[in-house]
Amino acid sequence: MALATGKDFIGLVGHTPLVDMSHVVSAGGDVRVVAKAEWTNPGGSVKDRPAARMILEGERGVRLTKDKIILDATSGNTGIAYACLAAARGYRLKLCVPANISPERKHMLAALGAEVIYTSAQEGSDGAIREARRLFDEDPERYYYPDQYGNDENWRAHYATTGPEIWEETGGAVTHFVATVGTGGTLMGTGRFLKEKNPSIQVIAVEPDSPFHGLEGMKHMATSIVPKIYDRGFAGETLFVSTEAAHAAIRKTARKGGLLVGLSSGAALTAAELVAGRLIKARQRGLVVTVLPDNADKYLTERFWKEA
Amino acid sequence: MPVTILIPTVLRQYTGNQATVAVDGKTVGDTLQNLAAAHPGLKTHIFTDNGKLRSFVNVFVNEDDIRQKGDMNAPVKNGDEVSIVPSIAGGRR
Repeated sequence: MALATGKDFIGLVGHTPLVDMSHVVSAGGDVRVVAKAEWTNPGGSVKDRPAARMILEGERGVRLTKDKIILDATSGNTGIAYACLAAARGYRLKLCVPANISPERKHMLAALGAEVIYTSAQEGSDGAIREARRLFDEDPERYYYPDQYGNDENWRAHYATTGPEIWEETGGAVTHFVATVGTGGTLMGTGRFLKEKNPSIQVIAVEPDSPFHGLEGMKHMATSIVPKIYDRGFAGETLFVSTEAAHAAIRKTARKGGLLVGLSSGAALTAAELVAGRLIKARQRGLVVTVLPDNADKYLTERFWKEA
Repeated sequence: MPVTILIPTVLRQYTGNQATVAVDGKTVGDTLQNLAAAHPGLKTHIFTDNGKLRSFVNVFVNEDDIRQKGDMNAPVKNGDEVSIVPSIAGGRR
């Protein structure tokens, strides 16, 4: 009799549940809103998908070997994914992270044994990117620098997994795909896959409404270093969400849906509700699909929970 | 010598690209009001419509979070540094 075998970290990534959020966002009937619960990935966020693919790609291309240090810039979730992968596969890891990421994230990175370089909170994620580039340029032989903002394996992870999962789970009935953008990987990869399956699917990007925002992991593209893998012309439309609207959506999701979701998830649901609302108003049918990048575990000390 | 306010990179487009702005004031509230008066484009980014600090904005006087020091009434003195940081999850700078 063969011995039963479990899965390793990478084997647990993906195949996240599709959750019906229609009642939370005041949709239903002919207009439904469903969302991928990405916090069920082993590292707790959607970022396990691209991080796993970028690490595997590095191993295959022999750019990542045991004597190299994995180096990248991240505002948190990718860092946690890398930290899990590096620990499980025996690599050293150095992360450049803005100093104002949540204390929960700092604890997680430390617990997983990552070396963290905190960059200026004033400069946000762009400051972290600049520091990672500087370190890499100083000693390129020492590091494997996946560069999630410029690595095609980032969006390909979603093209290979998130897209096909959504297509299958909706039986091809998806009409709108709504995704928040940080690196743009989720939107580009999933969007490309879905568009190839059915060109009439509408892809909608979600950005913070202001360069100064509290939507961790998201980027206001007009005022940021636009990631190399992100094509701002790809989405048919970009919706801009305020931090306060995302907070309100998070509280509503907790109280009406029994789910504690994270900041970008709140932004995604705000935009999905807007899209669903238009369909309802126009008396059209629709299946709006979005991605909830993480849950609230890392944001429970935030003040917004206490607001009205 | 007035108080120095450190402006996050993304907000410098509203301060004529200045990384720091010198303002007068006895409390954090005074200094931020004076900042917004001098650079009106900043106002909606920092304050809500009814004049409260937006919930994701953290303000520090030197190293201290003003929410532990009396919020907008937190005292400032000449030479202090006031920094404005998006909270992105309760973080300190």
